[in-house]
Amino acid sequence: MRRRYGYRIMKVAFLSFYVLVMVFPLYWIVITSLKPQKEIFSLPVRYWPEHLTLQNYVNIFKVSKFGVYIANSLLVSVTSALIVMVIAICSAYVLARFRFRGHRQIMLGFFVTQMLPGFISLAPLYMMMSSMHLLNQRISLILMYTVILIPFSTIMLRGFFQRIPSNLEEAAMIDGCSQLSALLRVIIPIMLPGISSMFIFAFVQNWNELFLAVMFIDNEALKTLPVAMNSFVLKFNVDWGAMSAGTVLSVLPTIVLFALAQKFIVEGLTQGAVKG
Amino acid sequence: MSARQKFILSGLLPALLLVLVFTYYPFFKGVAMAFQNYKLFNLKQVYFVGLQNFADAFKDPQFLAALKNSVYWVFCSLLLQFLLGFMLALVLNKRFWGRGVYQGFIFYPWALSGFLIGLIWKWLFNSQIGVINDLLLRLGLIHNRIGFLSDPKWAMASVITANVWYGIAFFTIMLLAALQSIPSELYEAASIDGANGYRKLFYVTIPYIMPTIIATTLLRVIWIFNDPTLIYGMTNGGPAGATHILSSFMLNKIIYDGDYGAASAVGVIMIVILFLYTLFYLMVTKSEKVGDF
Repeated sequence: MRRRYGYRIMKVAFLSFYVLVMVFPLYWIVITSLKPQKEIFSLPVRYWPEHLTLQNYVNIFKVSKFGVYIANSLLVSVTSALIVMVIAICSAYVLARFRFRGHRQIMLGFFVTQMLPGFISLAPLYMMMSSMHLLNQRISLILMYTVILIPFSTIMLRGFFQRIPSNLEEAAMIDGCSQLSALLRVIIPIMLPGISSMFIFAFVQNWNELFLAVMFIDNEALKTLPVAMNSFVLKFNVDWGAMSAGTVLSVLPTIVLFALAQKFIVEGLTQGAVKG
Repeated sequence: MSARQKFILSGLLPALLLVLVFTYYPFFKGVAMAFQNYKLFNLKQVYFVGLQNFADAFKDPQFLAALKNSVYWVFCSLLLQFLLGFMLALVLNKRFWGRGVYQGFIFYPWALSGFLIGLIWKWLFNSQIGVINDLLLRLGLIHNRIGFLSDPKWAMASVITANVWYGIAFFTIMLLAALQSIPSELYEAASIDGANGYRKLFYVTIPYIMPTIIATTLLRVIWIFNDPTLIYGMTNGGPAGATHILSSFMLNKIIYDGDYGAASAVGVIMIVILFLYTLFYLMVTKSEKVGDF
């Protein structure tokens, strides 16, 4: 009995300490962003600001086109996530429901893309975009983000499709549906949680992507948030007030989305590894 | 062509075409660049140079340092992420009040990019006004502020700390899912046989989730090895190359030097290392079935 009690105390202590370690960096960046410039740079370090202010946020919108960056990031991330969703639903459905020559090779081809050091393609992609006159165009990012996410999204959605018994569409097809309309009317509605988690996952990846955007875009009006943050680092290296405010605005949407869809995302990401 | 074939083809075509043209084609083009003199600022003189880029790399002390750092970076990050992630998964495997909310608080770093995590930790580790120095001073653990990111002695340990923080959640999520798939009868049977908690862990839990452990550690090593974003945000390889790993070293050659040939050579070396590692790992663990295809 006493041992169990001691174990419980240890467990609670471990969990509390751990959550503190996980949350503290986020707390710190938020608090820094709300401190007046003077307080950030004065000692002793204050764990709760003496004066709360939104000045840092006002500043970054004043000195840069922060609103434009947010709009660009949203546009690129949402568009590409939508396109991936449509393409991956098609490929995942086919790979889940049919056996055909090349099936295994295609799956392998998708898996391998997840293991290649992607940066070896960065230079050739830059040259390709340049010759297609797509540099400094949002479409280059939408295109590449879509491509990058196709393999993973396909693998993830395929797992979801496999869990749905195929006699559901068979029944619909006996009732006169074509395979396509059975997919659209019967299967996709059931898959909605899985599909939305794939969509959110894709959105978060796009929202966070830095290096392709740095390579392809250097026009102020087209920059996405990570690119803007990257030039912030060079411009305001020591202005931690502006840096923190920018960071908070960059992470906020993804954290909210992730919190909302946590259950489904975790399910989608883990199923492959656990089955193996 | 039958209706079935048409359906298969039209479902797969967009995905296959895009991946072939924009993933595999540039990839092989990148591999070819490794054997070329290919500099962005001198595109008129692109020609094959054989193994020259590789020879140059192995003569470059910065590259050799990055190679050594990569090993250190992967090994320490993986070990700590795995051990802490596994411990946490074991604790979270039992239901307790508020577990869902708790999970939300510890999983959120997944939603952040390595680049932003790097920036956040750069601020935490700041040598003059950073909060980590302040905390350590207050706790009496140190007497003078440490230049965590400016002192080559500390820099690597600091970026690894941030990376461990970032990656624990991955193992927790994966291993927790695996733990939850263990049938409870196994534990009941072990209890009847008189096994205590320790024995259950080593004779039931770990053997049962071994495939997941093998798959996740394999994948994780590849990702940690390939991903330069955290280091880019935190130190970009500094001070004086002390925290460059191969991928961040390569990235700098592309973005700042525009020396695509040299960068690609580093990339090819990385692929060879990953390939050998994967072969070795699968042989040692005798696991032919990682992933589900």
